[in-house]
Amino acid sequence: MSRIPLSALIGLILTAAYFLAAIFASVIAPYGMAEVAGGVWEPMSSAHWLGTDSIGRDLLSRMIYGGQVTIFVATAATIVAFVTGALLGFVAAVSGGWVDQVLSRLVDLFMSIPALILALVILSVMPVTLPVLIAVMGLIESTRVFRLARAVAVDIAVMDYVEAARLRGEGLVWVIFREILPNALSPLVAEAGLRFIFMVLFISTLSFLGLGVQPPLADWGGIVKENKDGIVYGVPAALLPAVAIATLAISVNLVADWILNRTTSLKGGRG
Amino acid sequence: MSIHPVARLLAQRIALGLILLFAASILIFAGTQILPGDVAQSILGQSATPQSLANLRAELGLDQPAATRYLAWLTGALHGDLGTALTNGQDIATAMSQRLGNTLFLAGTAAVISVPLALILGLVSVRYRGRWPDKLISAVTLSTVSVPEFLLGYLAMFFLAVQHRIFPSVSTVYDSMGVLEKLHAIGLPVLVLVLVVLGHMMRMTRAAILNVMQSPYVETAELKGLRPFTIIARHALPNAIAPVVNVVMLNMAYLVVGVVVVEVVFVYPGMGQYLVDHVAKRDVPVVQACGLVFAAVYIGLNMLADLVAILANPRLRHPR
Repeated sequence: MSRIPLSALIGLILTAAYFLAAIFASVIAPYGMAEVAGGVWEPMSSAHWLGTDSIGRDLLSRMIYGGQVTIFVATAATIVAFVTGALLGFVAAVSGGWVDQVLSRLVDLFMSIPALILALVILSVMPVTLPVLIAVMGLIESTRVFRLARAVAVDIAVMDYVEAARLRGEGLVWVIFREILPNALSPLVAEAGLRFIFMVLFISTLSFLGLGVQPPLADWGGIVKENKDGIVYGVPAALLPAVAIATLAISVNLVADWILNRTTSLKGGRG
Repeated sequence: MSIHPVARLLAQRIALGLILLFAASILIFAGTQILPGDVAQSILGQSATPQSLANLRAELGLDQPAATRYLAWLTGALHGDLGTALTNGQDIATAMSQRLGNTLFLAGTAAVISVPLALILGLVSVRYRGRWPDKLISAVTLSTVSVPEFLLGYLAMFFLAVQHRIFPSVSTVYDSMGVLEKLHAIGLPVLVLVLVVLGHMMRMTRAAILNVMQSPYVETAELKGLRPFTIIARHALPNAIAPVVNVVMLNMAYLVVGVVVVEVVFVYPGMGQYLVDHVAKRDVPVVQACGLVFAAVYIGLNMLADLVAILANPRLRHPR
């Protein structure tokens, strides 16, 4: 931990700020999420720092609560994606043979359809609730994690110490959790950052299309959708959540880049 | 007797693409049919009467086994019959053909602008590597790829349609419009799509050309005293074609998906808008048909990328 480059530091501070705002949303938001506190599309003022939305709710409070929903869904979906993707990837790499073939070809199939299209097809018959959204997004995205986890684990599975563990008579579970996982962790952590951003963009896009988080809950994509009609009257309310999404994406990217650089550097990555 | 090895490789890749498309059709069908719960129930909601549920089940053919329904759907789709929409009873293939044309017009225009632009910008940043043109291009493209499509869409709409009125904010097109009128109408969505794919395409083009320019045979050519133009045209270009074409194709495939969001932003009457509308209405036959068409285009473009790569790279002709 000698020196953190400036770009990574900015990324860390912004990311931490977004997460803290999400966790303490009910403490810092000046108004309630669904509270009508003023006129329609009021401009920025001291009472409403970011103005009001299409039916007069305080936009800053909506943004803070919306961030909570967005970050919660994206985090949960990232966890689902990593638990299933990494576990199946490790199993495929360690078992080899037909298990590997079946899993890999299935993942090829899922990746042959664009993620957004597949999500829309599945959501057309599923009830759109938060658990369903998290599961659908997580499982679709787990195919990408599977590819990475398998590629990393294939290299580790041929190491001498894995061979030694197998000769000792250790089972599949031991090999995966005690031999492979600790050595595959750092590329997976960096990947988690990138996947998290992708999830934020994914849930925002779905909500913007009206097929994600449903009212009365709102996330950033949903706030864009509610206020998009204001654009033609010159009201920039719909641009604010989009700016929040973009800054969160860029700052997490900066942090992930830094982790990736540290862990993959030729000097052993201990800086 | 011998089939040319390249021809055999190409045939294998095409066969793989067809198998993948077939499997994708199963996945799309299964995704809407074998989910927990009943499709009719989730279309009509909790308050549906038993009679209307039974009617809808019969209309969807849910009384037959899933495999039979799948085969009937697939044979229909292969003959160009995609079924009828639940919501308005219209023939899906007819409703779709016009919209597919609109979408291809939008995506095609974006491709025609973005591909040459990306190649030129890639070449410029290789030529001025490490100096300000390279850094400027790199910074701008990094920020366009970090921003969601609909933000770019609304930013463009806010500044170019509302504040300066250069392009219309809503991209309505009719059959009776001339080509120039149509191009003016889709100015903003094309701009957004170009920005979305340009960054990615330009960065990968730059990396591919840099990779080739650093190889020993280019250095040899320089030491032989060849002119820079000859080096690029005769030595670097043939080896950079395969990765560059690959990048272009992958981005065209990405364009097909990006179009969905952009069409909704600008209310453009294309496939994406059609799909999103009918997902919200839970119109399963339309969603299946749209999913199939999108998957086919996506798989087709990926296949094309591989075919070009096989043709352009002799090393891929001899699989180990």
